[in-house]
Amino acid sequence: METLLNRYRNVTVLLLVIFAQLVLLAYQVKNDSDVRMIRVWAVTAVTPLARAIEGVRGGTEGFLQNYVVLRDTRAENQRLHSELGKLKLENQFLRTELATADRAKALTAFESRSPSKMIAARVIATAAGASASAVFVDRGSTSGVEKGMAVVTPDGIVGKVLAAYPTASQVLLATDPSFAAGVVSQKNHVRGILKGLGHGNCRVDYVQNEEKVESGEWFYTSGDDRIFPKGMPAGLVTVARSGNPFQEIMVEPSGLASGLEEVLIVLQGVHQQIPELKTAAQPVYLAPPLPSTPGDAQAVSTAGTNSGAAVTTDADKIREHYKEVAGEQGHKFGENPPGSKPADFNLEKKPGEKPAAGAKPRTDGETERAGEGGTTPARPPTPAGKSPAVSPAPRPPVSPSQPKAASPDKANPPQ
Amino acid sequence: MRYSDDHILLHSQRETQISRFKAWVLFLVPLAAILFQVYFPLFFQFLAYLELPLIVTVYFALMRRSPIGGLLVGALVGLAQDSLSKNPLGMFGITKTIIGYVAASVGLRLDVDHALIRLILGFIFFVFHQFIFWVLSRGLLGQQINFETQRTLVLGLLNAIVAVSLFHFLDKLKERT
Repeated sequence: METLLNRYRNVTVLLLVIFAQLVLLAYQVKNDSDVRMIRVWAVTAVTPLARAIEGVRGGTEGFLQNYVVLRDTRAENQRLHSELGKLKLENQFLRTELATADRAKALTAFESRSPSKMIAARVIATAAGASASAVFVDRGSTSGVEKGMAVVTPDGIVGKVLAAYPTASQVLLATDPSFAAGVVSQKNHVRGILKGLGHGNCRVDYVQNEEKVESGEWFYTSGDDRIFPKGMPAGLVTVARSGNPFQEIMVEPSGLASGLEEVLIVLQGVHQQIPELKTAAQPVYLAPPLPSTPGDAQAVSTAGTNSGAAVTTDADKIREHYKEVAGEQGHKFGENPPGSKPADFNLEKKPGEKPAAGAKPRTDGETERAGEGGTTPARPPTPAGKSPAVSPAPRPPVSPSQPKAASPDKANPPQ
Repeated sequence: MRYSDDHILLHSQRETQISRFKAWVLFLVPLAAILFQVYFPLFFQFLAYLELPLIVTVYFALMRRSPIGGLLVGALVGLAQDSLSKNPLGMFGITKTIIGYVAASVGLRLDVDHALIRLILGFIFFVFHQFIFWVLSRGLLGQQINFETQRTLVLGLLNAIVAVSLFHFLDKLKERT
């Protein structure tokens, strides 16, 4: 037995080690939990080194920019036109500083503008593996970061915290195939699920073919996933076409478009409204209404310059007529108490009164016809179903059954 | 140069000389390889395609010519790599354990000091590594991942070239006997 074990010792150890790792793997997959201790060891061992290297790199870069280049240029300036060269160098230096400051300023401005509580973090490493779409940031659980928190930039969403360690956190990027977030389109509020594809772009799934999504449209987070607060930019639609069974919508994630250096971790998200799409307000030309007679055409032509005063339609003319008749009787529309006597619209206007624009005085025949109902007053507006059982109110001079009166212009064509 | 079987295959115990390394080399080189993989792709994205932890595992396994030593180095490097990835612990671990074992077994039979052999082995082990990882991803995690043959072959060649250069550098860290 011992000889047998010695003979197959290498294979036995190999199988044991693989078996142990298989058990480890099975434990994680079955319980959907992580063996956190081993990861904490590795992250704690590697991230301080990464941070130190980053510090050395930043320091060296700063030293080269601020000292060596500056000194060399200064020496050159002494040989050449010192003033001009110095100014150019300062300009270049300040631009570099400004570019760095702009990023930090943009983050700070976004952080203060957004109602969500956020914390700024710096990307210090990527996850191991060629196809891994994850990074490490220098903020961990000691800074209040927890697993599942959203990670954003002012440009849009970046990803979510996959694991929080004391000194660092692992962030799953939006381009990872296992990433998903609820999104809604800006224009037609079409809802879908944003998923990573493993490369630069993402796709929005579960959008019916009947829904309208256009290329160039923005998608915002919908807040449905309870990770990202509603109203954060997710990305721009690059391709939108019909598919089977759902639409094929490709989205360029806006948060990852300009590289990753600094990010914001959303500690407490606050939902926001999705900004309305700004459409260019273009003036719409409306042509004047078609005149029925040359006299009307003149009235219409003046309507643009004296709007409100001109009477252009038959209804306007009738209304003017009623107002004048009622005005002569001291009736004011909308001001009389309930039960007061209504105006008698069958009475003629007093002679010498200036007729309303477009309103013609009636002929005798018309007057007689109008007075056929005697002195029965016109019905005041009454609630429905409570009309008093009286004889039908006399019709106004204008009605379809009285074509002559209905169309004063036709009855009295202009001379 | 003609390279006959006599030069490739090792026939005597005298030829199978085991290389020895100081403890700090065995600790720091894999750590540096992992650190390289998680840090430098931040600035040069194409460097993410370099599998330095694999190259280092293969190197130590080949040079130490001990299957148990090779598989242990592979397991430790793989688990460390797993810890820094989003995969469950064990994916890279199992893959590199197998690679370490096979590499050490190959090292017992081939003259691994020759550059051409190193180039071929670097290529083969990279492809083998990617294949095992793909099988594990599909078989154990149920992930629907395609094996991109063309891409793997190109990356294998790239990693093999880097491996030859790195092996040359690491040779200088061997203990002199």
